[in-house]
Amino acid sequence: MTDATETFPDAIPGHLAGHITSRIGHNSDDLIEGETGTWEIIVGMEVHAQVSSESKLFSGTPAAFGAEPNTQVSLIDAAMPGMLPVLNAAAIRQAVRTGLGLNAQINLRSVFDRKNYFYPDLPQGYQISQFSDPIVGEGRVTVDLEDGESFEVGIVRIHLEQDAGKSVHDRRPDATCIDLNRSGVALMEIVSKPDIRSAAEAAAYLAKLRSILRYLGTCDGNMQEGSLRADVNVSVRKPGGELGTRCEIKNVNSIRFVRQAVDYEARRQIGILEDGGEIDQETRLFDPDRGETRSMRSKEEAHDYRYFPDPDLLPVVLEQSFVDEIAASLPELPDRKAARFADEFGLSAYDAGLLVADRETADFYEQVVDAGGAKRDPKIAANWMTGDFFRRLNADDLAIAASPVSAGQLGGMLDLIADGTISGKIAKDVFDAMWESGTDASDIVEEKGLKQISDTGEISAIVDQIIADNPEQSEQYRSGNTKVAGWFTGQVMKATQGKANPQMVNQLLQEKLGS
Amino acid sequence: MALDTDTVKRIARLARIHVDEADLAPLADELNNILGWVEQLEEVDTDGVEPMTSVVEMVQRLRADEVTDGGVRDKVLANAPESDDGFFVVPKVIE
Amino acid sequence: MAKLTDLTIAEAGVGLAAGDFTARELTDAYLLEMEASRGLNAYFEETPERAREMAEASDARRGRGEASGPLDGIPLAIKDLFCTEGVLSTSSSRILEGFRPTYESTVTQQLWDAGAVLLGKTSMDEFAMGSANITSCYGPVINPWKASGGDAAGKDMVPGGSSGGSAAAVAARIAAGATGTDTGGSIRQPGAFCGVVGLKPTYGRCSRWGIIAFASSLDQAGPITRTVRDAAIMLGGMAGYDPKDSTSVDLPVPDFTTALTGDIRGLRVGVPAEYRMDGTPAEIEALWQQGVDWLCEAGAEIVNISLPHTKYALPAYYIVAPAEASSNLARYDGMRYGLRVEGEDLTDTYERTREAGFGAEVKRRIMIGTYVLSAGYYDAYYLKAQRVRTRISEDFKSAFENCDVILTPTTPSTAFALGEKQDDPIAMYLNDIFTVPASMAGLPAISVPAGLSADGLPLGLHLIGPAFGEEAVLRAADMIERAAGFDARP
Repeated sequence: MTDATETFPDAIPGHLAGHITSRIGHNSDDLIEGETGTWEIIVGMEVHAQVSSESKLFSGTPAAFGAEPNTQVSLIDAAMPGMLPVLNAAAIRQAVRTGLGLNAQINLRSVFDRKNYFYPDLPQGYQISQFSDPIVGEGRVTVDLEDGESFEVGIVRIHLEQDAGKSVHDRRPDATCIDLNRSGVALMEIVSKPDIRSAAEAAAYLAKLRSILRYLGTCDGNMQEGSLRADVNVSVRKPGGELGTRCEIKNVNSIRFVRQAVDYEARRQIGILEDGGEIDQETRLFDPDRGETRSMRSKEEAHDYRYFPDPDLLPVVLEQSFVDEIAASLPELPDRKAARFADEFGLSAYDAGLLVADRETADFYEQVVDAGGAKRDPKIAANWMTGDFFRRLNADDLAIAASPVSAGQLGGMLDLIADGTISGKIAKDVFDAMWESGTDASDIVEEKGLKQISDTGEISAIVDQIIADNPEQSEQYRSGNTKVAGWFTGQVMKATQGKANPQMVNQLLQEKLGS
Repeated sequence: MALDTDTVKRIARLARIHVDEADLAPLADELNNILGWVEQLEEVDTDGVEPMTSVVEMVQRLRADEVTDGGVRDKVLANAPESDDGFFVVPKVIE
Repeated sequence: MAKLTDLTIAEAGVGLAAGDFTARELTDAYLLEMEASRGLNAYFEETPERAREMAEASDARRGRGEASGPLDGIPLAIKDLFCTEGVLSTSSSRILEGFRPTYESTVTQQLWDAGAVLLGKTSMDEFAMGSANITSCYGPVINPWKASGGDAAGKDMVPGGSSGGSAAAVAARIAAGATGTDTGGSIRQPGAFCGVVGLKPTYGRCSRWGIIAFASSLDQAGPITRTVRDAAIMLGGMAGYDPKDSTSVDLPVPDFTTALTGDIRGLRVGVPAEYRMDGTPAEIEALWQQGVDWLCEAGAEIVNISLPHTKYALPAYYIVAPAEASSNLARYDGMRYGLRVEGEDLTDTYERTREAGFGAEVKRRIMIGTYVLSAGYYDAYYLKAQRVRTRISEDFKSAFENCDVILTPTTPSTAFALGEKQDDPIAMYLNDIFTVPASMAGLPAISVPAGLSADGLPLGLHLIGPAFGEEAVLRAADMIERAAGFDARP
C-alpha cells in the first residue's frame, strides 16, 4: 500500500505512478514526425470488462443489459440503509478464468476495498473495488499486427469492482435522471503496462483482449452495450527520453475510437510540447463526432479515494485446487489454436490469426476442414473462408452465427471442387447462389447445370472446332506467340459457358496446337 | 499533525458537508482536540503486527450466481425526494 | 395479581401460557404506561394499532395451540436503528426524516416470527454516536432514575447511549424488553445507567442486515431487559446465521436459558489490573470488589489477569469507528431517500443536505473519519489503530487461556445530569472506557445491575467472555444478579 504524501491524481492509482514498461527500444514505423524531431507514443490501458454472469457482484439482481430503468435494482443496489453485500461466486470464477487466460498470477488471497467518492450514479457513496490485494496479478498478452509482427503487452493486474449506474442528462433540462440497473454489475478491470507504442497497436491489443475474453466466456465483449470499455493513458516522449506526463481518455467504447483517440491525443500532446508548453495531467473524453479528445474535469478537484478494506466483507481466500480446476477447464485459446492451425493445417500465421480471432469462426473452419470422416484441404478451406466468405459476412454485416451458409454447406462445395464437379471459378458463382438461397451447392449445380465438363472427348471436339474456326490464331501460336493460348482458352470457356475443366482445356490445347 | 482551516475545508469538501467560514476555526479546534488525544496510540509497539481485517475469523462466503432479487422499482423509489417515470431525479450533473 | 407491566419476559410467558391474561391485555397495559411516561421521551414513535394487531394474532395462535415460544405475545421496544417495515426508521437523525423502509431487518423479523409485539421505536443518539442520548433529533431521552442527593439531585439525568431510549423504556417498565445495538458500549453503558441488563453478543452472532450501519466491524444487535434470564430469552430470538450478512457466523443458536444453572463452581473469573483507573469513584471500585466476592463465594476461582493495551482501546476506537462511519454515512446524500436540501448545483445540494441533516457529533465523527482515511494519513492513523486492535484482541486471547470470564465495572461513573460533560467530546467518549475493549475484540459482554450509588443511582458490573462464549457470560451474570438482589425501582 503506497502512502503518498500528496493526494492521488485523477483516477490514476498511485501504485501505477511511474510504472515501468517492459518494452525497450522502438519500432521506427511507430514514431511520429514532429517539427522538432521524432516522438514516441506510450500507451497503457485499463479495460473494464463486464463479467458474464446471471447476477450482480454483490446482489442477486439480474446483470443483463437493456431493461426498463430501475427494474433491475435491489435495495442493496440502491444503497438503502442497513443493506449489505454478499459476493457472487461466478464473479470470482470468471476473474480467475480471465487471469489464467492472460497467463497471469492468481492471488489466492484478495481483499475488497471501498473507493470513496460522491456521484449520483454511485448510490453507496463508495465503489466496492480491490485496491491493494487484487485477485489477479501480473500476466501478458501476445498481440499480432497485420504485417505479421507481434508484440507483447504486460498485464499489471486484474481486479473485480462494481459498475456504476447511468446518468441520463437529456430527459429533463433542469435535472439529471438516474437509472441504477447497471449499478453493482461485476466488472473486471484489466490493467496493462504502458507497453503499447502506436494507435494501431492499441487497437490490436484491445481486439486481442476482447477475443480472449470471448473465448473464455468471461465477457461478451459487446462494446455497443458497454460490456467492454477502455480507459486509455497516452503520453509522448522523445525516444530514449523520460516518460512524459500522461492524460487518461476515459470510457472509449469501440476499437476504432481507441485508435482515433490515441492518434488525436498523441498529436495534441506533441503539438503542445513543440510549442514549448507543458502537458496537464488530466482526464479526457473522446468525442467520436469530432474525432477529438477534450478535457473532462476541472484540475483543482483531485480525488482522494480513501481506500480501506470493506468492513462488510471478509478477505477472499481460494484453494489452489479451485484454481487448478478452472485451469483444466479452459478452452484452447487463440494463440494456441493459431499455432495448431499453422502446424496441423499448414496455414500461414496470418491466416491462422484471422481464423482464430473469433471462437465461432475457428470452430466453423474446423468443421469445414474435418467432415467427420474425410478431411478437406485445409489451405483451400482457409482461402475460401478468409476470402469470399468473410467478404460476404462483412458486406452483409453478419456475425458468423448468422451465416446463411453453414460449415457443412461450405464443405460440401469444396468437395465439388475437389472432385472436379465444378471448377474454382464456377464455384464463386455457386457460392454466391448458396449465400442468397441457403441451398446446398450440389443442388445449385444441378439446377443451373453448372457441372464442369471433364470429358476428354467432349472438350477435344470443342477445341478442335475452335482451332479449325480460327486458323489465324492457330498460325500465331505455331509461329511462337504462345500468349494466344490464353485467347484460345477463353474461347473454349465461352463455348462451354465456363464449365470446361480448365486444366484439361489447357492440356488439350497444348497437345493440339503444339504439334 | 494539527489541522488548519484549509485542511478542514478540504475534508469538509471530501465529506460533502457544508461548513460556514465562521465555523471552520472552532471545528478545527474540536478536531485537533480529538486527534491530539488519539495520538497516544503512537506509544504502542505495533511492529510486525497485522492490522485487524475482521473480528470474525472467517473468509468471505460465496453466493450462488442466481437471480433472487430485483423487479422492485416501487420499493426502490418509494422514499425518493423526486422521481419521474421510473428514474431517480437529481440535480443536474455537469460532466 | 401483580401489575402486568411489572412482569419480566419469563414471568409474562408463564402467565400467558397459563391463561392468566391475554397478550392483548398485556400489550394494552404497556400502551397505557407508555402514555403516562411520555415525559421520558423514550419512544419517538408509538405503534399502538400494529401492537394490538400483533397481540391479537398472538392470542389467536395460542388459541390454536400454535404459540411460538417464550417471546410469543411479548411487547418489545425497538431501537430506531432497526429498519422496521412501514414504520419510521430514522437513526434519530434529521437526514432520514420520514423514512419508512419497505423492508424489515433480519433481527426484528426473527422477533416477529417468534410472536413478539412491536410497541414502538425508541429514540437513540443520532446514528448511534453518543453515550448520553442527547444527540437524538427527537430531543434528549430522560433517565427514569433521579439522584436522591449530590449536585445532580432532582435534575433530569441522562440514560446513557446510544440505546438510551431502549434502556429507559425497559427501566420505566414501558416495554417488557427492548432491542439495542452496541458498537462501543451502546447497550451496556445505558443498561448500567438505567439499572437494567444489557447484552452485547459476539460480533457475528446477530445479523446486521437491515440495521442502519454506523461502524460495520463493531455494530452488534443485542437485548436490553430487566433480568439476565430475559436477556437469554431475547438473545435466543435475535441471534442466528443470516446469509445476507457476510459477517454473520454460521453457528447454531443454543437455548441460552439452559446456561443459567446457578452453578459457577470452578468458573475462573479474571480481574484485569488495567481496569483499575485513576479517577474511578471509590464506590465503583468497591462494587467491583463486591462482585469479585460474590462470585468467589459462589465457588468461582478469581484470577488476576493483565490486558496491557486496555487504555488504548478507546482512542483506537475513535479512529476505526469514525473511519467506517464516514464511509457508511456517505449514502445519506439526499438523492434517493431522506432529507434533501436543494442547493445551487449538485455539490451544493450534497453539502447543504448533509449540513442540515447531520448533527454536530455526527459531523465531527465523519470529519475525523474522512481525515484518518485520507491520503498521507491512512498508515499513521487507520492502519495503526487496526494494529492496536489486533494487540487488544491478542490480550484477550491470552487472558482467556487462564480464565473463563472477565469481571470489570461497566462505567466509570453513574448517570449524570443532562447538560454535563457536554463541553468536551472526549469527556463523553470516556463513558465507554470499560466497554470499548470488548467491542474492539468482538467479544460478548453484559452489564448487570449490581447496586446503587450513594446518590441512589444504579451501578452495573460488566462481564466479558471469549468469542461465542455467551453462555459463560450469562451464567456468571446470573450469579451476580442473584447475589446482588437488585430490586430498586426508579
